[in-house]
Parts: sequence; C-alpha cells; structure tokens
Amino acid sequence: MRELVLSLTAVGGLLAGVPYELAAALVMLLFGALVVFVFVLPVAGITSWVERRVWARIQSRVGPNRVGPQGFLQWLADGLKNLLKEDLIPAAADRPLFALAPYLVVAGFIATFVAIPFGSRLIIADLDIGILYITAVTGLVVVGVLMAGWASNNKWSLLGGIRSAAQIVSYEIPAGLSVFPVVLLTGTLSTQGIIQAQGWQPWRWFLFANPFTFAAFFVFFVAALAEGNRTPFDLPEAESELVAGFCTEYSGMRYLLFFLAEWGNLYVIGALVTTLFLGGWRVPHVTDHVVARTLLEFGVFFLKAYFFVFIAMWVRATLPRVRVDQLTALCWKYLVPIALVNLVGTALWMTLVPAAAHRPVAIAMTLAGAGIVVLFLARVRHHLRHARLQPSDYYLSPII
Amino acid sequence: MSLAGFTVDVVREKGFATEEMTLNMGPQHPSTHGVLRFVVKADGEVMREAIPDVGYLHRSIEKIAEKVGYHGFMPYTDRVDYVAAMPCNQGWAMVCEKLAGIAVPRRGEYCRVIAVELCRIVSHLLAVGSMTMDIGAYTPFTHALREREYINDLLEELCGARLTFNYMRIGGVAWDLPPGFAEKVLAFLDRFEPLIDEYNALISYNKIYVERLAHVAVISAADAIDYNLTGPNLRGSGVKFDVRKDLPYSVYAELDFEVPVGTGEAGTVGDCFDRYMVRIREMRESCRILRQCLAQLPPGPVLAKVPRKFKPPPGDASVRVESARGDMGWYCVSDGSEYPYRVKIRTGSFTATAIIDKVSRGLMIADLVAVIASLDLVAPEIDR
Repeated sequence: MRELVLSLTAVGGLLAGVPYELAAALVMLLFGALVVFVFVLPVAGITSWVERRVWARIQSRVGPNRVGPQGFLQWLADGLKNLLKEDLIPAAADRPLFALAPYLVVAGFIATFVAIPFGSRLIIADLDIGILYITAVTGLVVVGVLMAGWASNNKWSLLGGIRSAAQIVSYEIPAGLSVFPVVLLTGTLSTQGIIQAQGWQPWRWFLFANPFTFAAFFVFFVAALAEGNRTPFDLPEAESELVAGFCTEYSGMRYLLFFLAEWGNLYVIGALVTTLFLGGWRVPHVTDHVVARTLLEFGVFFLKAYFFVFIAMWVRATLPRVRVDQLTALCWKYLVPIALVNLVGTALWMTLVPAAAHRPVAIAMTLAGAGIVVLFLARVRHHLRHARLQPSDYYLSPII
Repeated sequence: MSLAGFTVDVVREKGFATEEMTLNMGPQHPSTHGVLRFVVKADGEVMREAIPDVGYLHRSIEKIAEKVGYHGFMPYTDRVDYVAAMPCNQGWAMVCEKLAGIAVPRRGEYCRVIAVELCRIVSHLLAVGSMTMDIGAYTPFTHALREREYINDLLEELCGARLTFNYMRIGGVAWDLPPGFAEKVLAFLDRFEPLIDEYNALISYNKIYVERLAHVAVISAADAIDYNLTGPNLRGSGVKFDVRKDLPYSVYAELDFEVPVGTGEAGTVGDCFDRYMVRIREMRESCRILRQCLAQLPPGPVLAKVPRKFKPPPGDASVRVESARGDMGWYCVSDGSEYPYRVKIRTGSFTATAIIDKVSRGLMIADLVAVIASLDLVAPEIDR
C-alpha cells in the first residue's frame, strides 16, 4: 500500500504533486469502493438468493428459479425493482432521521470489512485493534435501527427498535467476552495476528485449543446470531408480532438497505468465527506463486465463512422465535456466565497446564469434534432418506 | 387523558410521567388471522388489556338465509367458516332435515362424515401450521400446507371445489364418492399418520416452542365452561366434551374414537401447548374415523327425496354439530313458507374471542399472538 501510494505521488506518477496523505486517502477510498461494489454488495445479494433457495428446499418448495439460471440473478432483479420503487416517507415521520437510519445500518456492516482478512495479503487495513474495531463499528447498526424505529412514528417500529437495542446491547457482552480467550492466547487484537497464530490443521485452530475456547466458539456464534437479528433471535422484525418491526414504514431502496445489511452481516458473522476460531485463511504450503496462493487463501476463507452462513440459514428454517424475556434471560443467565468462565478458564489453562500437554489435548479434541460432526451427518442422512418421497407417494396430483 | 375514545392512564413517579401505550393490532396485522382487531394497552411489552374488536367481516349471513330459501342457503354456509366448510354444510342440512323430519340415507350419512373428517384434518393442519408460523417457525407451516393440498385434491375430486364445497344437500349429499376415492383416502392416511409423528419431531417438542407455549394463557376448566369455550379450546382445558361423543348425531355413535383432552404435559392444564396438542391428537382420531367409515360404507342412495320447493312445517329446530372449532349450533324457525323465518348460527370462534382479554392480561405482546393462534380464531366465523 505504502509503496503504491509513493509510486503514484512520485514525479511522473498519476498523482504527482498531490500530498502523500491525500493520495493515501484517495487510494484507500478507491480500494474501499472496489471492495464494496465488487465483493460486499454481490455477496450480500447472492446470499439473499442462496437463503431463499436453501429455505425453499428445506420447506419443500421451489424458491426463486426464474431470473437467470436457477434464479441466480433474482437478487439483481429485486435490487433493481426496489431502486425504481417510490421512496415513501410517512407524513408524520421525522424526515431527516428516517432518511438517514438505513445508511447508518449499512455503514455499520460495511465498515467491518476494513479489518476482515480474506488472505495474508487481502485486507484493507490490518489494524492493531482489528477485533475491537469490528465490535465497535457493528455498534452503529443498533443506532441506525433505533433511529429507524423512533423516526418512523409507528408504535410497531418503536417496539422493534427498542427490542433491537436491548438485544444488541445485551449480546455484545457475551460476544465480546468470547473474543477475549482468543486474544489471551495470541496476545494481539489484530485479525491477521490471530490468524497467523493458528495453523491450517484443525488441531491448530483455536476452536480445539482447549475446552474453554471450544465453548467460547458456541457462545460467540449464538451471540453473533442474536446481534445479527437472525432466527431464533429475530425479534426486532418479528413478522407475526410486530408486522415488520423497525422497518414497517420503509419501502423501496431504504427497505432493501436494511436487508442488505442483514444478509451482509451474516457473512461478517461467518468471517469473524472463521478468523477467531477456525484458522482463517491458513492453507498448507502448496505453491510459492503469490497470486495462486492468495486465491487459495481467499477461497478457503470464503468457504469457511460461507459454511456458517449456511448454518445460520439452516437454523432459521428450523427454529421458532424466542420471547423477549427469554432472550434476555438466555443472555444474562447463561451466555454471560459461560463466557466469563471461558475467559478465566483459558487464563488458568495457559498458566497451569504445561505446554507439552497442549498439542495432545488439541488433537484429542479435534477427534472428538470430528466424531460429533460424523454422528450428526449420519443422523441427517438417515432422516433425509426417511423423508424422501417414494414413487407410491405420488398417488394424487401427478403434476406435483 | 383520552386518546381517540380510549382512556390512557398517566403514572407519575418521582417527577417522571409515564403512560400506557395504546396499540392498534389489526385489522391488517399479519397474525390476527384475517380481519380481527385488538386494542392493546401495553406497558412496554407487557399487555395490560387486549380488547377484541370484531365485526370487520360481517356479511349478515343469517339475514341472507331469510331471502334465499332453504336450498339456496347451502352455498352461503360454506362462507360461515371457510377453513372448515363441511361441518357448516352439515349443520344447515341437519337443521332443515330436523324441521321437515327427513331421514338421510345411511350411505349419505357416511359420505357426510367422511367429508367432515377430511375437513377437520384440513382445518387442524392450518391451525397447527399457522400457530408454528406465529411462534416464528416457518418450515412446519409449509409442511402442513403440503399435506393440506392433498386433502384439497381429494375434496376437489369429491365435490369439485377446494375451499367452499357446497357438497351437502338437505336430505343427504349431492354426489356419491367418486370411483377409487376410498383407495385414495386410504393411501393418503397411510402417508399422513406417520407425518403427525414427524410434526411432533419437527416442532411440537422443540424446546423453544414448548417454552413459548407452556404455562402461557392458562384457561382453567371452570373458566372454559363459564366463557362457553367449545371444541379443542374446551378440551385443551381438560374438559372431556365432544358433541360427536356426548350428543351423537349422524353415524358417530357407530364409530369408535377417543376424545383427546389437555393433560398439562408441558406446563399447566389449559395452556396454549395443551390446546395445540389436542388439535394434533384430533387429527389422528379423524384418521381413525375415516378408516372406519371407509370400511363400513354401506351401499345405497346418498340423497333422500326432497321436493325442490322445500317447505318445512311451521316450528323451530336446533342442532349441534362438532365443527373443527367446536360446538356449532344451528337454529332455524320456519313459518311454513319457502324461506326460513329466522336463522341463528352459534360459532366457537365468537365465544373464544371473549376470553382473550381475560387470559392475556400481564402477558407479553408476543404471547397475544400465541393466544390467538392457540384459540384457532377464524375471522369469518366470528362475524358471519
């Protein structure tokens, strides 16, 4: 980055004569815009299509399959449709706040991409406080949601906004506390530093580092789902209770922006889990070619992160919604104490357990984890076979 | 202070004034199951009052009966409760037959019971599915509707319509079962009965689902009787009363089936979960009834001879049928002419609406949705 800016501002460069700081800002802005338009928006959009297809499959429906092959371009069609729609602002709404709220929500999620490491070289800015920064900027989302709820001048919106604020503020604590064991293990807050402290082998992932990080992983994932307003914690926009929650009065592009943030946030959750617990972009050393290696790293990171996106979709299609009091009870009575135990436990583990024991424990835990996954998949396979329609089941409508 | 006709209590405490929020839930709210409106007074998320406001779907069906005559009223009865239209058909046919003293052929009665029990499964599937949807689980709803489609296909084959059937006639049913119908129903039942277990595995015993419904909106047996709850809502409170069993009509006396009641297996007897489970179990009992009906189906005509100009002698009659939403009463006064003098329909949803305010005080807004769903309110049946 530094060399690039220096070469640009050098005599004869594209930005010759421009002060270094300004040129650096411009280049960063350009890179940011590139990342947002080439990666973030399509990922959020495509996630919406994937979610609808996965959902449809689980619910024995077809889902969107008309626009493009298998409906792949549905997200573009929806985006275009919403862009062209009238942007309604209710007469009684607080106009400036109402108009601003969706942008804050989107800013909160897009800003996280600054510190997400897609590869050893693919990161916009490797901040020293990367994880802290991500936790901080996601806080913007709650401001936007509260603003939307308040400015709409609608009681359902207000209830949705308040629920969302209570929820996100509560769940930031277990999510934050679950990050700390990893920070303890590595001694850095930088996202790249955390990944470099892990290896590509599963037993060198922090997920299996010790029993406490293993628990922290689940606490973090649950808390992140709650922060991302995902089922079973989708109370702020609970359709059957609050109509559409904080976005009841929104329409057109502004409405879409909330959902863009939601689907984008899904990916951010997956990326964070991958970074913290699953070894991030670490790949075995197969090639010295820089571009091939970067692509490989990116692919591994993307797939790991997207796996969690899929899990979140699966959870959403499976579970009902919890109630407000149950939501906060889950957070304060279970997740926060567990997260605290994890933090203290990791600290004690690091000091009391001899270093020679770390590797065998990690391998044992990896094997146990693999066993659980295999058992789970066997069960899923059994149920899928059991549920598959037999030809004799098509006894009525031959059209179906 | 008052706001649009509703008084608002302002509470002052240490210089801060707080007031209850009056929420208008409906008539276009997604989970009020049609056009039903609630005026909710809420302290944050906790409800202090939830007053139902009915009448948005009033079509004066009872008055229409006075103008269209006995035969002509049959299609209108489908609209009384469009989720389960067959029991309404049956109620009207039965009250007319009672007025005129017409005996229905036995095969006709069996056809009626088959149609009504299929309809009961349809209605309970929708109730169970929409309840899970209201609690926030979307998948069971589509699975329930998938099976409902199969029954709709069967009913379409039976009478040409999928929702508003107009299948029954005074004196029997319009058409006999089509060829191969019994085999198709049996094939459906073979597939459907294991699926009830699948619903239980999918959602009924899901931890979050049970937590949302157990101990919520408990209706004691005494309250259920006092508020005149009927059908699964009454049985959910542990009262073993079913018109089909206790005041048998049609051929129900010859059939062997159980009346499931709420047992409080997840929480208290009479909570939302009990009402839900009663519906799940009634679907199984309906399957049992259907199997028996198909096995015992006697030969013969399905429709008695009834004059086109149907003029019952002056007098009045009332019948009770067990619809999917419980004890449905049909009362008809005849003055000897071609048109009924007065018709009165008593429906289960209407009385169930009355208890909502009582049970929902102190619950959360999210629970109101569960209460409405567990009482299985159908807006057209409330207003008629």
